Amino acid sequence: MTAFDLQAILPELLLAVFAMFALLAAVYTGKDKATPLVTWATAGVMLALALFIGLGEAVNGRAFGGLLFEDAYGRFAQVGILVAAAAVLLAGQDTLVRRGLGRFEYPLLIALATVGMMIMVSAGDLMTLYMGLELQSLALYVVAAMRRDGVKSTEAGMKYFILGALSSGLLLYGASLTYGYAGTTGFDGILAAASGGEMGLGLLFGLTFVVAGLAFKVSAVPFHMWTPDVYEGAPTPVTAFFATAPKLAAMALFGRVLFDAFGQAVGDWSQIIALMAVLSMFLGAVAAIGQRDIKRLMAYSSISHMGFALIGLAAGSQYGVQAMLVYMAIYLTMNVGTFAFIMSMERDGKPVTEIAALHQYAKGEPVKALAMLVLLFSLAGVPPMVGFFGKLYVLGAAVQADMTLLAVAGVVASVIGAFYYLRIVYYMYFGEAEERVETPMSPAAWVMLMGAAAAMLLGVINLFGVEGAAAQAAAALVN
Amino acid sequence: MVQIILFAPLVGAIIAGFGHRIIGDRAAQMVTTGLLFLAAFLSWIVFLWLPEGTQHIQIMRWIDSGSFQTDWSIRLDRLTSIMLVVVTTISALVHLYSMGYMAHDDQFEPESYRPRFFAYLSFFTFSMLALVTADNLLQMFFGWEGVGVASYLLIGFYYKKPSANAAAIKAFVVNRVGDFGFALGIAAIFLLTDSIRLDEVFAAAPMLAETDVRFLWTEWNAANLIAFLLFVGAMGKSAQLFLHTWLPDAMEGPTPVSALIHAATMVTAGVFLVSRMSPLMEYAPQAMGFIVAIGAATAFVAATIGLVQNDIKRVIAYSTMSQLGYMFVAAGVGVYSVAMFHLFTHAFFKAMLFLGAGSVIHGMHHEQDMRNYGGLKSKFPITFWIMLIGTLAITGVGIPLTHIGFAGFLSKDAVIESAWAGTDGGAAFWLLVVAALFTSFYSWRLMFLTFWGKPRGDKHTHEHAHESPRVMTIPLGVLALGAVFSGMVWYGSFFGSHEEVNRFFGIPEHQVEAVDEGGEGEEAAHAVAAAPEGAIFMHPDNHVLDDAHHAPTWVKVSPFVAMVIGFATAWWFYIANPTLPKRLARSQPHLYRFLLNKWYFDEAYDFLFVRPAKALGRFLWKRGDGNVIDGAINGLAMGVVPWFTRLAGRLQSGYVFTYAFAMVIGIVVLITIMAITGGAN
Amino acid sequence: MTVAGFAFYVFALTVLVGGLFTVVSRNPVHAVLWLITAFIGATGLFVLLGAEFIAMLLMIVYVGAVAVLFLFVVMMLDVDFAELRAGMAKYLPIALLIGVILLVELGMILGTWVTADGVEMLAAPVAGEVQNTAALGMVIYTDYILLFQLAGLVLLVAMIGAIVLTMRHRRDIKRQNVVEQMHRDPKAAIRMIDVKPGQGL
Repeated sequence: MTAFDLQAILPELLLAVFAMFALLAAVYTGKDKATPLVTWATAGVMLALALFIGLGEAVNGRAFGGLLFEDAYGRFAQVGILVAAAAVLLAGQDTLVRRGLGRFEYPLLIALATVGMMIMVSAGDLMTLYMGLELQSLALYVVAAMRRDGVKSTEAGMKYFILGALSSGLLLYGASLTYGYAGTTGFDGILAAASGGEMGLGLLFGLTFVVAGLAFKVSAVPFHMWTPDVYEGAPTPVTAFFATAPKLAAMALFGRVLFDAFGQAVGDWSQIIALMAVLSMFLGAVAAIGQRDIKRLMAYSSISHMGFALIGLAAGSQYGVQAMLVYMAIYLTMNVGTFAFIMSMERDGKPVTEIAALHQYAKGEPVKALAMLVLLFSLAGVPPMVGFFGKLYVLGAAVQADMTLLAVAGVVASVIGAFYYLRIVYYMYFGEAEERVETPMSPAAWVMLMGAAAAMLLGVINLFGVEGAAAQAAAALVN
Repeated sequence: MVQIILFAPLVGAIIAGFGHRIIGDRAAQMVTTGLLFLAAFLSWIVFLWLPEGTQHIQIMRWIDSGSFQTDWSIRLDRLTSIMLVVVTTISALVHLYSMGYMAHDDQFEPESYRPRFFAYLSFFTFSMLALVTADNLLQMFFGWEGVGVASYLLIGFYYKKPSANAAAIKAFVVNRVGDFGFALGIAAIFLLTDSIRLDEVFAAAPMLAETDVRFLWTEWNAANLIAFLLFVGAMGKSAQLFLHTWLPDAMEGPTPVSALIHAATMVTAGVFLVSRMSPLMEYAPQAMGFIVAIGAATAFVAATIGLVQNDIKRVIAYSTMSQLGYMFVAAGVGVYSVAMFHLFTHAFFKAMLFLGAGSVIHGMHHEQDMRNYGGLKSKFPITFWIMLIGTLAITGVGIPLTHIGFAGFLSKDAVIESAWAGTDGGAAFWLLVVAALFTSFYSWRLMFLTFWGKPRGDKHTHEHAHESPRVMTIPLGVLALGAVFSGMVWYGSFFGSHEEVNRFFGIPEHQVEAVDEGGEGEEAAHAVAAAPEGAIFMHPDNHVLDDAHHAPTWVKVSPFVAMVIGFATAWWFYIANPTLPKRLARSQPHLYRFLLNKWYFDEAYDFLFVRPAKALGRFLWKRGDGNVIDGAINGLAMGVVPWFTRLAGRLQSGYVFTYAFAMVIGIVVLITIMAITGGAN
Repeated sequence: MTVAGFAFYVFALTVLVGGLFTVVSRNPVHAVLWLITAFIGATGLFVLLGAEFIAMLLMIVYVGAVAVLFLFVVMMLDVDFAELRAGMAKYLPIALLIGVILLVELGMILGTWVTADGVEMLAAPVAGEVQNTAALGMVIYTDYILLFQLAGLVLLVAMIGAIVLTMRHRRDIKRQNVVEQMHRDPKAAIRMIDVKPGQGL
């Protein structure tokens, strides 16, 4: 192990070591009483690491003999993952405690999942990829079932686990095919194996299976079926986590595999990615209309959004990757804000997730309702909110790549999708009088909600500079 | 300074429009009027001490999009300064006058309506100034549309009256036809010259004259096509024949509005446009011929209709239309200076006539039918004298073959002489002379019916008739000065010798020679590539101005003779033998009805355009929009999408094996796609 | 056919048959036993390859721990697999169709198999002093230290997860405290009360 290896792995290492020490410390001290402290400490460490990665000296190269890639693309995704995870932890802290789920293991499991995600996005080898993926997944299976006395929560954890195992199987099968036909599991080696001439069918099949395994993680149709059930069953703060950081990690990993390992076969994979993108966008939009539960609705919403992000990948260009990264950054911000609101919804101290509970909400809480309005408009892609520019970005990438039909499909899907977001707004402002939902919020959650809403408006100016970073990241990946 | 002139009305409009609740009605009127007088004062300074050459005063960068770059800047030259004076002076006086005229209104009391009126007036003034100070066509178009909006708002000022609303809509819609032409013209200019800056467009004019452009079904000469399209815009705004039907109806607006917008300023925008675009027009002989034809026909037709109208404001409205026809004839034959001259003088006496008529209407409790007037000389002494001066001015009274006379005498004679010179004594000339006869007739008819004879109509109204307050008569007096002297003072500048006109409009002497000499070679290309200096441009081959000076004596006297005949006929009809008109009308019922119904333009348009358009609209609304579009969208949104939603709901069974099965099917589909197309890309 | 070759086919057949019957056998206990058979076959294959360490791992961990655990679970839960299968029966035709399609397509890629030079040699056990375990250790703790540590983390997460999901601190139940039990004094615990007849406590 060289100094460079250590430098490359340092953030992950620090986070993992922190998680272990915090685990020991909490076990031998206050246990669950230490939860708030552990949560804040974890979030603090994550934010510090995000700053360290984002602002620290940029070194690029291959670490651990090609097992790990250190480049701008990975750093962009890592920063996004860390910030999103920290934000969700802080926003959900209070709610979890109030719901009797204030286990000190929760932030630490999230931290370990984050380590897994950070490994994923900088993986340079199918083995690293798999280890990162499983580290992340295993932690997520556990937190999904964290309300262990609740039927829905355990069912969610179980379904997620079984289907996740199936997807891991697909991924491993693909990895073994790839290994068999390329003779190596390293991305560089796979790329080299394909560069000779056209890509063999064996490698393409391997690619397809790997894609299927990853598509499960980003919940792209038809590998999405777990999403609504798990989103609904898991405790809301956990759902918020599912909807944010892991999505970015999986999407970034998707890009990593497609370009770093299979960059020679853009034409081959771009069509199946496009197919999944179209299916995801439409299914997400259409199925969400029928939902009565806001968490299920958000599940379909995230399926649809992943479809849009996949458009960026399907474009198969540097601009497309940039669009995908920008889209994901915007998506994370929107979801953090929206879930900060959803997890606070309750009536008589019990969580409420029916959309109908939001009737007339704006009468009682005009400020929060307005913030939600902004966020929902942004999710729907209504200009001038930032969400619109995200969509514009990926659609522009599709058009640039001569995939006009794909872009048209995206526009149609976003029109259909706008319906259910706007329906929530309609309920909040013009709904029939009903017993209103209460939304007591911790300051942290309130800040997340308002901050995200403000970002949706102010981001119009320059997207907070995400564009430039995304461009760098995309350049690092594609070239 | 020009910036102050331009923005003072806007500031006034904003203060009066949005701030009147804070500062009150009275203050709002004061502010707008005061700012307008400031603007007018500065305008005269600019007019009298105009610096040499054309100035460009940039206000801000407006649009920067690819090769389409536009500033917002003021173009200050003689033409601008003339319009500045006309617009701000008339507007200031009308503001002042309105303080009296709008003092009471049964329709709106006790609502606050005066600030609204003054805000609209000031906004109109700003738009008009934006139009005349434009340095590029987009800016001009902005002003063009701005005055259209202001006109719409002011015609429909009495929005509680359905007829006022209808008139406002009519004015707006008819203007849209013209504006479409204007917009097309601008687009064509940008297409061909890649610029809409006036200087660059002018520089490209000779090039345009040699370019052909495809439009609709055939090839056109670019210069002619553009000039024609621009003139279509001018026709709409200046109420020329075929697009004139809105102007008489626009009299539904308050009378000060008629004076300001529909007599002195906005309707002359078309003339201004043609003069402003003179460097282009000079290269478009066919379009110029068209302008002359339309102008002459308008002058004639409007005059004939004016003969029989009974509404005092409509008579003046048709007279306005007729005079606009004169201006276009002058512009069309290539003597833009004369067109501007008539515009300048006409603004004074026509505004005065309108305001005088307004004074009568005001005093007669909003009675507008002249048949109910009569013998008002004693009730309205000041107004009578004012109207008399106005009539003398419009009919063109003066001493023949000298340069002494009322404003209209000098400018109208100049137009008629130019028409003779420009058309070699053709039909246009004769139409104008006959129109001058008619002008004289209906103007005097108005005077005789209103001020002479016995009181007719409601006795009560006549008894309570009263002279207008000082605030209304003072503006009339100021305008009277203009009506009397403006012609004599500036005759030389507008229609003097070639050198004098050139000096006034800042046209350099050598320019003509330079173009003459450089008939070929590089020098010519260089000379052509630069925009001609000066406010207006007359082609070296354009000798109409000189020819007009050398017109034979009978030509010069002819308008005077026509005026005298008109006056005599009017006197005979309405003073000497008052029953004659009725008998004449009865003996010629068809002609009378034809004229009374304004040549049946409205009826023809209603049949040709309005009803088919409404039918088409109804069809598109009910069938196209209602059945096809709404039907399809509703079907999609309420039928297809929910079906898919239910399907998606059913697929989401909740069983893990279903989910797993879906994944397996998914992977098989993906693998199949790969197997079929794999390696192909 | 050499002895090694013969052994290969025996073990390979064992794996295949074991796998097949794991899937098709009606009795879940039998299925697990068939699975164990398959594992044992695989162990044999590893031994043939010279990978004794992995072979032993397979034997100890999979057969000894995992499979036996399975067996316990299956026997304790008494899952009625027949009933579960009944639901699947109606999907059987389409499932078969899909299976066939997948098989055919996977068959297609067999044609593109290319064997790289020197692969045969790679597959053979490294001759020499280096033992299997030592060889593994040498790569695991050098080249693949990252993956090894990550695997450790995965196990840590699994451990935490198991505790989070199952361990309960119940306060409403009595726990056994041996020390307390041993130091119990009958005198302190029992009180003799003389109850008179006809009277209550």
